[in-house]
Amino acid sequence: MKIVALIEFLRRHLKAVIRLCWVVLALLVAGDGFLVSKEHAHTAPEHWIGFWSAFGFTACVLIIIFSKWYGHRGIMTREDYYGDE
Amino acid sequence: MAMNELWLHPAVILLLGAMLVPLLRGRARMMFLIAVPLLAFMRVVCLEPGTHGVIGFLDWNLTFGRVDKLSQVFGYIMTLMCILGSVYALHVKNPAEHAAAWCYVAGSLGVIYAGDYLVVFLFWELMAFSSVFLIWFRRRPQSVNAGLRYLLVHVAGGVALLGGIILRYKATGGSLAFGAMDVAHPDLATWLILAGFILNAAVPPLHAWLPDAYSEATVTGSVFLCAFTTKTAVYALCRAFAGMDVLVVLGVIMAIYGVVYAVLENDARKLLAYHIISQVGYMVAGVGLGTQMAINGACAHAFAHILYKGLLFMGTGSVLQMTGKSKFTELGGLYSKMPWAFVFTLMGGLSISAFPLFSGFVSKSMIVAAGFEEHRTTAAFLLMLASAGTFLHTGLKVPYFIWFGKNNCSTETWERAKDPPWNMRLAMAITAVFCIGIGCYTPYLYNMLPYAVDYHPYTAYHVSETLQILLFTAVGFFLFLKKLEPTATISLDMDWFYRMGGRAVQWFASKPFQALDTWVGELYRVCGLAWLMTSARVSAWFDGRVIDGVVDGVARGVRDTGDRLRHVQTRQLQFNIFSAVAVLVVLLLVYMLTSM
Repeated sequence: MKIVALIEFLRRHLKAVIRLCWVVLALLVAGDGFLVSKEHAHTAPEHWIGFWSAFGFTACVLIIIFSKWYGHRGIMTREDYYGDE
Repeated sequence: MAMNELWLHPAVILLLGAMLVPLLRGRARMMFLIAVPLLAFMRVVCLEPGTHGVIGFLDWNLTFGRVDKLSQVFGYIMTLMCILGSVYALHVKNPAEHAAAWCYVAGSLGVIYAGDYLVVFLFWELMAFSSVFLIWFRRRPQSVNAGLRYLLVHVAGGVALLGGIILRYKATGGSLAFGAMDVAHPDLATWLILAGFILNAAVPPLHAWLPDAYSEATVTGSVFLCAFTTKTAVYALCRAFAGMDVLVVLGVIMAIYGVVYAVLENDARKLLAYHIISQVGYMVAGVGLGTQMAINGACAHAFAHILYKGLLFMGTGSVLQMTGKSKFTELGGLYSKMPWAFVFTLMGGLSISAFPLFSGFVSKSMIVAAGFEEHRTTAAFLLMLASAGTFLHTGLKVPYFIWFGKNNCSTETWERAKDPPWNMRLAMAITAVFCIGIGCYTPYLYNMLPYAVDYHPYTAYHVSETLQILLFTAVGFFLFLKKLEPTATISLDMDWFYRMGGRAVQWFASKPFQALDTWVGELYRVCGLAWLMTSARVSAWFDGRVIDGVVDGVARGVRDTGDRLRHVQTRQLQFNIFSAVAVLVVLLLVYMLTSM
C-alpha cells in the first residue's frame, strides 16, 4: 500500500518533516510581508506583516483554553451520567 | 400557471422507489438503489423554471413545484447527495432503512419545491417522521431513546411552524404563499415560523437534538441525516428570512458554540455533529446579512457542506462499521489498517477547513467577505476565529486521534479494523472528487447560485490569509496536543433539560408511591405490636403472608406488566409511526398522481 509506505517514510524522518514545516511557516509569513498585495484587506491591522498568522495561532489557543475552562465547570461529566438508558 | 399539466415531482420518484425497494433482492436491488436516486437527480436537472404541480385542495391551490434558481441549487445537491448516500449504503440489508432514507430525501425535496406553507408543513413532517427510523434502525436501547427525543423535539418545532402558518393565514387574509417575509416588522406568526425553521437548522438553544441523534444513528443513516434536515432549513430561511438581522448574531453564536463543544467531545461522530452546528452558523449568518453575495454564499456553503460533511460521516462511519467504535479513547493508530478511510476523511477535513483547492475555500469565504462588505467587522472576525476551530478539530483532531496518536484500540478492535467494503470506498472517492472539483473549478458551483457571482476566491491575499490562519492553527494544535488528549467523558448540553425533566416525572411517579408503601408497612407493624401475642401472631401471619403477598404480588405484577408494556410500547409506537408514515406517503402519492 503506497499511502502507508509514504506515511511510514514521513514518520521515519519526522525531524526533517518538522524542520520543513517551520521553513514553510517562515516563508508564508515572509511572503505575506513582501509579496502579497493588501488591497483586499478590510481593516487596518490586516496590513501588519503576519497578522493572520498571529490571528490563527491566537484563535486556536483561545478556543482550546476557553473550551477546556468551560468543560471543567461541570459540563464534562462521566459517560453514564444519564444512566444506562 | 400550469394547472393540470403532467408534472412529475422528483420526490414522487423517490417515494415510489421507497415502496418498491422491499420487493427486490440481491443484484436487482443494488441496481435499483443506484437507479432511483439517479432518476430523481436527472429529473431535477431537467426541471423547467416556473410554477408547476398546482393542485386544488378544498379552498386552496397548493403549489408542489416552484422551480427557480434558489430551489434548483438545493434540489440539485439534495438528489446528488441521495445518490452518494445510497451508494454508501448499498451493502445495507434492511430494505426499510433504504425506504426511510428515500422518504426523508423526498420530504426535503418536497419542502424545496413547495410554493406554499401547507405543502412545506406536510413535507416538513414527512422528513421528521421518516428520518427518525435512521436512528432507530441502529437498534441499541440508546438509539431508541435518542430517536424518541429527536421526534419529540421535531414535533414541537412542527407545532410552532403550524401555529405560525395558521396565524399568518388569518393575518394576511388567506395567504399561504411561501416567500419573503416582512423581516423588518416581525409579528407573532413570523416568530413562530422562524422558530420552526431555526429548530431544524439547530440554532442554539434549539440545537441539542442534533448531536444527540446523529451520533446514535446507523452508520449509513447519519450520512443522510447530516445533509438534509439542517440544509433544508437553510433553504427555508433563505426563502423567507433573508436579511433578518437577528440571524447574523445567532449564526455567529452557532459557529462558535459548535467549535467549543467539539473541543470537549470524545465521540468522533458527535464531534462532527457539533461541527454541523458550527458550519450551519455561517449559512444562518449569511441569510441574516441578506445581500445577494451573502445569500449566494449561504447557498454555496450549503452545497459544499453537504458533500464534505457527508464525506466526513462516511469516513468516521466506516471506522464505526469496521471496528464497532467511534470514541477517540477506544481508537488510535489505525493508519496502517484503514489508510483509505484516513485519506478520504482527511479530504473532508481539508474541505470543511476551507483549504485552498478544496470546496470550503470557495464557499465559506463568500459569507465572510459579505460580512466585511456590510461592515459587520466583529461578526466577520468571529467567523474567521471559528474557522480556526474547524481546522483544529475536523482537520486535525479527528484524523490524528483515530489514525495516529496513542493506540487505544483493544485487541479485538485492532483485529477487526480494515478498509470498508468497495461500495463505501467508492462513495467516499466520488464525494472526495466533488469536494476537490468544487474547490478547483469554481464556475461549476458559482453558475448554479441564485444571483450572478462577482467574487474571486483565488486572490493572493485571500490564499495567504487562509493558509496563515490554518497553518498557525496547526502549530497551536501540536503545541497543545497534551491538552487536547480525549477523555472518556460526555458533555452536558441543552438536552439536559428535557432528559432530566423526564427523570423528574419518573421520580414523582416512584418516590411518593414508595413513601406510601413504607408508611403502610409501618402502620401494620405498629398495629401488630399493639395486639395481644396471639392476635399479634395472627396479624403478623396475616400481614406477612396475605397483605405483603398481595402487595408484593400486585407490585411485582405492576412492575412486570409495566416492563412488558414498556418494551411492547416502544416497538408498537415505532410500528404505528411507520404505518402512519407509509399510509401518508401512499395517500400523498395517490392524490398527486390522480390530480395531475
